[in-house]
This record gives sequence, C-alpha cells and structure tokens, in this order.
Amino acid sequence: MKFPGVSEFSWRDVATEARLLLIGIPVFLWTMIPIYHMFLFAISPKEDAFSGKLWPDHPTLHNFEIVFRQQHYFLRDFYVQFWNSLVIAAAVGALTLFIATAAAFSISRLKVPGGRMVLNLALFTYFIPAAFLAVPMYRTMGNYGLLNNHWALILAMVTIASPYAIWVLKQASDKLPVELDEAAVMDGATTLQIFRLVYLPLMMPSLVAIGTYAVLLAWNEYLYAFLLLSNDREITLPVALGNFLAADDSPWELLMTTGFIYALPPAAVYYAFRRYMVGGLTAGAVKS
Amino acid sequence: MAITLSGDQSIPAPPLSPRLTPAQVWGIALLAPYLLVFLAFVVYPVCYGLWLARAPSNYVALYNDPIFARAAVNTLIFLVIGINIKMLIALFLSGFFAQQRTWIKWLSVIFILPWAVPSIPTILSVRFMLNPEWGVINHLIFSFTGDDGPNWLNDPTVALTMAIGVHIWKSLPFWTLILITGRLAIAHDLFEAAEVDGASWWQKFRFITWPSMQTLYITCTLLSMIWTLGDFNSVYLLTGGGPADLTHVLSTLGIRYLRLDQLSLAMASIVCAMPFVLPLVYFMMKRLSR
Repeated sequence: MKFPGVSEFSWRDVATEARLLLIGIPVFLWTMIPIYHMFLFAISPKEDAFSGKLWPDHPTLHNFEIVFRQQHYFLRDFYVQFWNSLVIAAAVGALTLFIATAAAFSISRLKVPGGRMVLNLALFTYFIPAAFLAVPMYRTMGNYGLLNNHWALILAMVTIASPYAIWVLKQASDKLPVELDEAAVMDGATTLQIFRLVYLPLMMPSLVAIGTYAVLLAWNEYLYAFLLLSNDREITLPVALGNFLAADDSPWELLMTTGFIYALPPAAVYYAFRRYMVGGLTAGAVKS
Repeated sequence: MAITLSGDQSIPAPPLSPRLTPAQVWGIALLAPYLLVFLAFVVYPVCYGLWLARAPSNYVALYNDPIFARAAVNTLIFLVIGINIKMLIALFLSGFFAQQRTWIKWLSVIFILPWAVPSIPTILSVRFMLNPEWGVINHLIFSFTGDDGPNWLNDPTVALTMAIGVHIWKSLPFWTLILITGRLAIAHDLFEAAEVDGASWWQKFRFITWPSMQTLYITCTLLSMIWTLGDFNSVYLLTGGGPADLTHVLSTLGIRYLRLDQLSLAMASIVCAMPFVLPLVYFMMKRLSR
C-alpha cells in the first residue's frame, strides 16, 4: 500500500478497480444525462436541439442572449419573475429562521410547559405530505384574501419549512451544555441576553444549515407557487417554466436555457454550504 | 387557573402570573410565532378541508370514479415497487461510495447534483428526451435500427415507470447519503476480524452490515414512502397525469379535482389516503421522538 507501483501490482487489485468502474460509470451517466441534455439545449440553436444531436454543430450563447434580453413572448417578465423567486426565497429563509430559532430556544433551553407537545405537533406536520396540505391551503389562502399575493406563498412555505427547522434546531440546542445558561444567569443575564449573546453564536452552524434549507425549499417549490400565484408578474420562475408547456410549439431550447439559469443558484448555494448541509441536515434527517 | 393571592405586596417586579417565572413567560412569547403559523395554516385548513369533505356523497362519487381507483393503484405501485427499488439501489450504492478512492470521492460530489438542482427543469429535460418525434432517445433508436422508437409517454405503464424513474433519479442521492453515514458508523474492526476469518462479501454484509443498518434502512424506507405520497412534480411535470388520466397518483389527483373546481372531491380523495398515512406517521413519530 505504501508504494503503489509495479512492485505492488496485482491482478486482484485490477479486478477490484474494474468492478468499481463498472458501477461508477453507469452511476455517472445516470446522474449526468438529464443535466447534460438541459445544458445541450441551452447552447444549441433550435435546429440542432430538435435533431437529436449529442453535440451541436454550432454551439452558441444566443439562447442566453434571448433570455437576458427578454426577447420572447414567454420570457417578457423574466427579470420580474427571477426577482420574485429571489425575494420569496429570502423572506422564507428569514422568517423560518426567526420562528424556528425562537421555538427551539423556548422548547429546548427554557423548557416551556407544553413544549414537548408543540414539538410533536410540528413533527406531525413534517410527515404530512406537502401535496396533501396544498388543497386545503389553497382554499384557506383564498379565505384570507391572499391569493396572488407573495405573502401567500411565503407563509405557506414557512409553514412547510418550520417543522423540520424546529426539530433540527431543537436537537442541536439539546447538545449545548446547560451550564452555559446557568453561568449566564449567575452573571445576571436576562433571557433575551442569553438568547442573543450565548445561544445564537453557538448555534451558528445549524442556523446556516437551516437557513439554506428553507431558502432552497422555497426557491425550488413548484406546486404551491403555481396554485397560489397566477398573475404573470407575480409568479416565480418555476411557474413560468411550467407555463412554457401551454403552447404546442414550445421553444424548448429557451425553456431549457431559462431552466439552466434557474438551476444554477441553488446548485451553487448547495455546494458552497455543503459542509454545513451534510453535517447539519443528514444528522437530523434520520436519527439512527 | 386559580390565582393564588400573595399577601406580601412589597416584592419588587411581581411576575405576570404567580405560577410563571420570567423565563417561562419568554418561553411562551418565543413559541407564539410558530403556534400562530400552525393554527392559521395547518389547523384551520385541515379542519376546513375535513368539513368540506364531510358529505358521504363525495365518497360515493370517488368510488364510482375510475380515475380515482386507477390513481390509488398507481400510488401503491409507486410506493411499494418504486421506493423499494430506490432504497435497494441506495443501499448498494452506499457500499460503493464508502470505498476509499479519490475518484469515488469526486463521483460522490457529482452524484449529489440531482438533489441539489430544482426538479422542474430536469424533469422537463427528461420529458423532452422521451419526445417521440424530436427527443434524443428516439433519434438514437432511429439511427441505430432504422425504426421509429416507441411513443414513450403515450403508454400508461411506460409513462408511470418513467415517472418512477424520474423520482428515483431525483431522490436517490439523498437516501444514499443517509445510508453512507449509517455505514461509516459501523466499527471498522468488525470487518477486519471478518477478513481474518475469511468471510465472503455476502457474509460480511449479512452478519455485520445489515444487522447494524436494518433499523436505519427501514426507517428511511417508511419515511421515503410517506414523502413520496406528496411527490407531485415527478408525475405532473412528466406525464401531466396522462395519457387519458391513467397515470395519476393521489397527489396529482387532488390537484386535478381542485382545478376542475371539485374541492370537496379533492379533499375526500385525501381523506381516503389517511388510513394508510396516519399509521405510518404515528410509527415514524414513535421512532424519531424516543
């Protein structure tokens, strides 16, 4: 093992490596084909895209130019819709963090009476499939007079994101030593000071993970967005992408280009915060 | 609720309620935002929905609707076959990704992509690949065999299979990641001891890996089943429920009724799923909150 070279060469190692490659190559292809296909469309002129080529004869950035200049009927509100997606995702992230951190601090550190029950209710909501809640949620938002208003989507996504957020943050809070709070109380700190000066700094890694989770959840959401928002200037990007399908002769190369642009930010955020995501979320996702 | 009067009025800054410490008052205040959200956007909608679905005639109408029966069967196929295949692949791949190789480490970074990117553009990308006239798959079939390829999404069985495939593509990385953490938690000397005893890879899996991972594996499978019930995108964006409404699952069927303005039917179809969902949810809550 120390000198991987000719002296260590053995047919057994080669066979193991070959077997691993036999798994690795299909895994790579399976993962990349839909994404590559999307990218291929984004850099292909329409004729090339529709003729099933695996690489365009004349790769071009023209599609991106059309999208960024909003030069198509389906794209005339591209920037507004991009902005909508951004604002809604940011608002959902901020609100979820606020609500969930407050609740987790209250349940885990202040041991509020009934906290355990609230946690169970939240957990219960987490397990109810979101698509099932969508039907009554749509009607409820109508009753509240919020349909076609960004607040409808923001509040719906906060409702869906906070149970998991509370649960993960509560697990993380439980791991902080209780002596910290006791010492702070001894020093005469008020509850709010403990929250601000002791609790929040120590919880930072989990807060980053949960904030990222909520932002990505909101940015990626399709079902609630298309139920709750319908006006062309109010909808988010995924709804706009779905609307491309309304026409029989959809400009698929533009659809894929817009989709590619839409997919970049969450992928970038995911990889940037991967360290936090893997540690913070998978540990909480399933307790083994 | 009895308020005990304290005789001594000279205590500075009397607490809001004699039974609550200031910390507890803060606790209630900090819990209030979530409780408000929960009441306004979970309790009220659920109660309102149940009230809408109260008439027995809804259930008769559902029973007589062939699309509902088909959707229920499709959902079962999706859950029982689709999820089990997905979890078996995830279990297998978790062993693959646990290998210590640089290229496998890089592959695992790429492997996460389907989970990291939004599902809408990628599902639509697959949808166009399957397009019978313009899609790349049928172009390849034509260039190799000279025959026209099948009209993939026009056959309900194939279309549903493809929807399951899209679902697996999207969520396989997540479950593989979870199972890798489970696998890496197994003490390594167990495998070394087995190696010394000359155990085959199957014996190592059967007597070391599986016993330490079975709880995690079963929890993951159940959790994935519950969540997949709410997987709207894979079916809706790929097949739209077609052809002829034969590939609906319960989550898309509810939305279909909603769009046809049959809200009470939509709610009733969800209520029908509850006898299956609630035991699973109860079981999961028991597991996670012990």
